[in-house]
Amino acid sequence: MPFANHTTSVPVTVDDDKCIAEKGCRVCIDVCPLDVLAINPASGKAHMKYDECWYCMPCEVDCPTGAVKVEIPYLLR
Amino acid sequence: MSAFDSEMKTEIVETDILVIGGGTGGPMAAIKAKEKNPALKVVLMEKANVKRSGAVSMGMDGLNNAVIPGYATPEQYVKEITVANDGIVHQKAVMAYATGSYPMIQYLDSIGVKFEKDGSGEYNVRKVHHMGTYVLPMPEGHHVKKALYRQLRKHQVLVTNRYMATRLLTGTDGRVAGAIGVNTRTGEFLVIRAKAVVLACGAAGRLGLPASGYLFGTYENPANCGDGYAMAYHAGAGLANLECYQINPLIKDYNGPACAYVTGPFGGYTANNKGERFIECDYWSGQMMKEFYGELLSGNGPVFLNMTHLAEETISEIETILHSNERPSRGRFHEKRGTNYREKMVEMHISEIGFCSGHSASGVWVDENARTTVPGLYAAGDMASVPHNYMLGAFVNGGIAGEDAADYCASTDLPAYDAADVAREQARVMAPTRRDDGLTPFEMEYKARRLVNDYLQPPKVTAKYKIGQARLAEVRDDLSALCVKDPHELMRALELQSILDCADMAAAASLYRTESRWGLYHWRVDHPATDNENWFCHTLLYKDEMGRMAHKKRAVDPYVVEIDEDEMGAYHQLRTPAIAAE
Ligand SMILES: Cc1cc2nc3c(=O)[nH]c(=O)nc-3n(C[C@H](O)[C@H](O)[C@H](O)COP(=O)(O)OP(=O)(O)OC[C@H]3O[C@@H](n4cnc5c(N)ncnc54)[C@H](O)[C@@H]3O)c2cc1C
Ligand code: SF4
Ligand code: SF4
Repeated sequence: MPFANHTTSVPVTVDDDKCIAEKGCRVCIDVCPLDVLAINPASGKAHMKYDECWYCMPCEVDCPTGAVKVEIPYLLR
Repeated sequence: MSAFDSEMKTEIVETDILVIGGGTGGPMAAIKAKEKNPALKVVLMEKANVKRSGAVSMGMDGLNNAVIPGYATPEQYVKEITVANDGIVHQKAVMAYATGSYPMIQYLDSIGVKFEKDGSGEYNVRKVHHMGTYVLPMPEGHHVKKALYRQLRKHQVLVTNRYMATRLLTGTDGRVAGAIGVNTRTGEFLVIRAKAVVLACGAAGRLGLPASGYLFGTYENPANCGDGYAMAYHAGAGLANLECYQINPLIKDYNGPACAYVTGPFGGYTANNKGERFIECDYWSGQMMKEFYGELLSGNGPVFLNMTHLAEETISEIETILHSNERPSRGRFHEKRGTNYREKMVEMHISEIGFCSGHSASGVWVDENARTTVPGLYAAGDMASVPHNYMLGAFVNGGIAGEDAADYCASTDLPAYDAADVAREQARVMAPTRRDDGLTPFEMEYKARRLVNDYLQPPKVTAKYKIGQARLAEVRDDLSALCVKDPHELMRALELQSILDCADMAAAASLYRTESRWGLYHWRVDHPATDNENWFCHTLLYKDEMGRMAHKKRAVDPYVVEIDEDEMGAYHQLRTPAIAAE
């Protein structure tokens, strides 16, 4: 069974201008209980890689530069 | 596939105590074991990162069940929990919690967890339960995880983050011998040999599918998908009263607490579409949920949380608590829907099903020392069978488990285990990585959980349960096609297998108890009456020597606190008199 490419919107966004991942920061990626954030290879910044979010917010609250914004996933909104 | 080495990396570590799950009860077990005997080596294995893992990831709004001198006695509390559970409780374990409650509050206070106090420095306890007074607010409850983390470091607990435990190891002599974990970012294996293991993996919160259809829009932290229940089962431990599901009254779609515990003491209440109260007591019991369910289906639904009548300063205080601690995204949810507590009642709904002792009574059987039926294996928190024990129960029982495990270790050696067990488990874990195409964890999880909703959600109908079992068996057969492309998906694939195990256990346990009990939680339409003659007992589900799912009854131990006949009915009279008369 071959796979389809399934696109969905993600509830968590990172402001690339504020994110300091290039200085070694990984705070949001470290704290996420569902491990859904990662470094985006294209930009070198943090991003939401998997749409599997509990909208719990440690990523946003713990980010040292205020780069992360958590929205309620669309299906719940 | 490319993301996985064909040669598996496996590290073997030896320790005295292994704690699995670094949320609430797990860290306390590790800390208390170290306090008891600092010479012991204690490893804490966590699927996420202990800094922000578990139900209290962001903190907590308050203690739901504090037994504080002057407000409640341990005897009173044991009575309350016995009555709320229709008498099926191991009272000694509830008593162990109740007597440990106040010392634990003082301990938490001493490590920097803040509780509400009045002007003279006394704890400000509030009433929500039917009989006693047990709710202690934590307006600054967001510090819980930080305080725990400081203690883990101070006591030099060895933490392994991002390792998901997949199976327990059993010694050749039947004792627990450790566990196998897999790294959720690299797929590397870690085998931990231990003299004692404490399971604290939380509820099975990803069993039913939320009404929104979003797999991770659960009440429980979705990392708590039932791994602990599945691991205990495969290790041969008995699981108690799984048919006593967890079902919660939640904010519709948001699936977070509404939360009557916080707003109740301020004057908020659960109302029908006419704005009228229909239950006297907002404490979450099976009877309360049955009234809630009935109201939803009647012409009086939906059900709401009403705060519109409260004064401005009361509402701002509620908002400060509800929007800053345990579920801070709640404010954003209301904002998008244009819900302002001052003007609009908050729409509520009942949740999908799960297992949880923290809020209900479905858990791995433990006695008053947090011991399971497997020697050397302990369980604590939401996944252990002490009913309604919530956050403080996870702390107290975690502490009991850690201390008892420390004593147990002193007189035992590291059990021998069969290396073939490890090889077999590694083959099971890695199977989905060996396929190039097939079914994804996402679609298989969605289907399994949708079937749970369709067939297992109460009211429980035997004919539906039989179909549910057959359909879930088909999904299990499809595991031979499960395919993943990276370690993250591998974690989801393993979680799916825990979910399937829990779904099978939920169905089997429910069919075994041929009576109705605990209100909505175990409402068997084909056996509507409560049958005390045959079923005033615990049920234990376990894996027999042939590897089959088996059941037995366990008598309720003689009570340590006697209950009068008339007190026993207290939670059955929840409907407000005016409406009951209609
Ligand atoms: C939204 C919400 C609100 C609540 N409100 C209150 C309240 O106001 N007052 C109150 O008293 N109680 C409340 N509770 C209940 C209370 O939070 C829980 O009863 C308690 O925190 C459970 O502790 P635990 O240790 O059993 O589980 P958790 O703290 O959830 O910890 C379980 C841990 O196990 C880890 N884990 C899971 N599987 C594995 C695996 N395979 N390998 C390794 N690690 C694993 C998880 O990542 C997690 O960190 C609330 C719960 C929720 C979800
Ligand atoms: S925590 Fe903030 S700054 Fe750090 S990596 Fe994440 S988004 Fe970037
Ligand atoms: S809100 Fe929670 S689950 Fe979602 S990305 Fe942030 S930390 Fe992870």
